[in-house]
Amino acid sequence: MNSNLNFKLYYKMKLFREVELKIAMEYSSRKMRCPVHLSVGQEAVSAAFSQIVRKNDYAVSSHRPHLHYLGKGGNLKRMISEIYGKKTGCSSGKGGSMHLIDTSVNFMGSSAIVANSIPIGTGLALSLKLKNKINVSYIFFGEGALEQGVFYESVNFAAVKKIPAIFVCENNLYSVYTSLKDRQPEKRKNSKMVEAIGIKSFTCNGNNVFECYKIFNKAKQYVSKEKKPVFLEFFTYRHYEHCGPNKDDNLNYRPKNEINSWLKKDPLKNFTNNFTNAHKQKIKILDKEIQKKIKDAFEYAKKSPKPKLSDLRKDIYA
Amino acid sequence: MLKKKMNFKDSINSALAFSLKKDKNMICYGLGINDPKSIFGTTKNLSKKFGQNRVFDVPTSENALTGIAVGAAISGIRTVITHQRLDFSLLSMDQIVNSAAKWRYMFGGKLSVPITIRMILGRGWGQGPTHSQNLAPMFCNIPGLKVFMPTFADDAKRLLIKSIFDPNPVIFLEHRWLHELKDEDFLDKKPDSLSSNIISKGSDLTLISMSYLTLEALKAKKILKKIGINIEVVDLISLKPLNISKILKSIKKTNRVLILDTGFPYGSISSEILSLIYKNLNGKLKTSPISLTMPDIPEPTSFFLTKNLYIDHIKVVKTVLKMFKKSMNLKKLKKPEFHDVPGTWFKGPF
Ligand SMILES: Cc1ncc(C[n+]2csc(CCOP(=O)(O)OP(=O)(O)O)c2C)c(N)n1
Repeated sequence: MNSNLNFKLYYKMKLFREVELKIAMEYSSRKMRCPVHLSVGQEAVSAAFSQIVRKNDYAVSSHRPHLHYLGKGGNLKRMISEIYGKKTGCSSGKGGSMHLIDTSVNFMGSSAIVANSIPIGTGLALSLKLKNKINVSYIFFGEGALEQGVFYESVNFAAVKKIPAIFVCENNLYSVYTSLKDRQPEKRKNSKMVEAIGIKSFTCNGNNVFECYKIFNKAKQYVSKEKKPVFLEFFTYRHYEHCGPNKDDNLNYRPKNEINSWLKKDPLKNFTNNFTNAHKQKIKILDKEIQKKIKDAFEYAKKSPKPKLSDLRKDIYA
Repeated sequence: MLKKKMNFKDSINSALAFSLKKDKNMICYGLGINDPKSIFGTTKNLSKKFGQNRVFDVPTSENALTGIAVGAAISGIRTVITHQRLDFSLLSMDQIVNSAAKWRYMFGGKLSVPITIRMILGRGWGQGPTHSQNLAPMFCNIPGLKVFMPTFADDAKRLLIKSIFDPNPVIFLEHRWLHELKDEDFLDKKPDSLSSNIISKGSDLTLISMSYLTLEALKAKKILKKIGINIEVVDLISLKPLNISKILKSIKKTNRVLILDTGFPYGSISSEILSLIYKNLNGKLKTSPISLTMPDIPEPTSFFLTKNLYIDHIKVVKTVLKMFKKSMNLKKLKKPEFHDVPGTWFKGPF
């Protein structure tokens, strides 16, 4: 556990958790006036991703994009500002929590429409191939996106064209309140299905950051070597409501024992438990750094200017 | 006085329950239809009452689900689909436009397509560019579709039943800000036509509005009455077919017209009505007809950017005053503290 990598993974997971918790806490002051989809419980995937992805790789995401954006190196201050609707927001206040972008690190956008950005990420992969780049395009989505035709169309295209796309599915078992059993056949293996379309697939425990790291690494190697796309499915669980700052387990749409068993698999807690007393000092320093970073970001966002009403008409056309 | 004290969402629920009871073959589906929030309460208890075979939750597959509804409908199973946002239905445009709207005409009238597609229009709380669009004109542009957009709970119930038992595909638009409202909060009496209702009589101006904006129109009417401007409010209710004769009759009486439109301006419902007014009444009006729409801009998310975006009764009053070259003290008119929520009952985020 003493390796540099472990501390980096810890740092990212903890940062991601604390950012989301801070958003949840501040949301009740009704200053972040847009829907937010938190990823508490799903930090391992993005933390692992952050350690594999290169700056010139592309990434796109869904309605739940915070951690993918941050994992790609997206600017925290500008993300928080965006949620506050400020001028300094990464999308100038036009997009809100679901529409994040940071072109300086090639995070090319996220979309509120389920599966909407999958073909866009596929197009980014196509462009990498056309430009003879060694980079890859990461495409993040939930398992709900597997119910949309455009997912299959995109995977098929990627397979036919042999383009460097990494399709990243975070399977958290629910689409809003609707459980998988109402949406997908029981016992179907998505990875087998996608493999049958013609691309290599891996599954992974999405709550084990080290395993996530290994899979992302494997995927990257595969794409660089074989020049073909990959599909990754991570099994994980969200701790908060689908959309909003609260827990909603009182609504009983998820069985109690299921919730409890996943809470026991909390990716951050379990990873942190691996550190011995000897590491505690270092962890403390990291935690402090994280708190400062978050504090700065929220202060920045709160102090940032509002967009001007004249900004409304800006950027409709290029 | 209205008899029922039902809010909009309960009216929808009751229309669905009535129809499911009346037609034992009818089915009803949509994402979240029997989850704890039951599509903003509109489908509460329906699957309990009518069974999971008839009222069921579905995969996130809007395009297929619309084609599936067409298939079911042409074999005798009336189907109601619900989208929590109109914007999600865009994934199903192929099935709406190329199948649902065509299956009768294209095959010489052999079959009909009795489906109703409920679409909820979002507004406020940062719904932003892809959760807030009123694209009604896009649907109205398609031959073979009917497009309804009720304002009042009572109309919503009757109109939804009418849609369901219509042998044709109907797009049924519900404004999210209406769901909790009761008619008696706004109206004391009401005629019972199901298209273009004159909901409040007047002699000086015909104020045509749709959906949530009708409430703003009624508020504006009250204010303008104080300075002697009597407004006739026409609630469109049916965007296609449009009851243009009733609209024209009202305008012939008032000789002035203002249209309120929740959609974008280009190729809009209001521009359609304006063109019909020109064609039929050109030159006979006291002032040139005016429409207020959303600007030709994607709706931004930021609270600060949506501040003056929506049409409210104050904008309406100002526009009418201009038309009449009159003025009044507007300082006392209260703007709601937050423009992005419909009232204190709205706790976000949807
Ligand atoms: C086309 C479309 N249909 C429905 C919705 C409503 N919606 C928003 S998020 C969501 C859940 C999707 O679940 P999943 O893809 O598994 O992602 P998760 O929220 O679990 O991360 C749904 C159905 C939408 N945004 N877009």
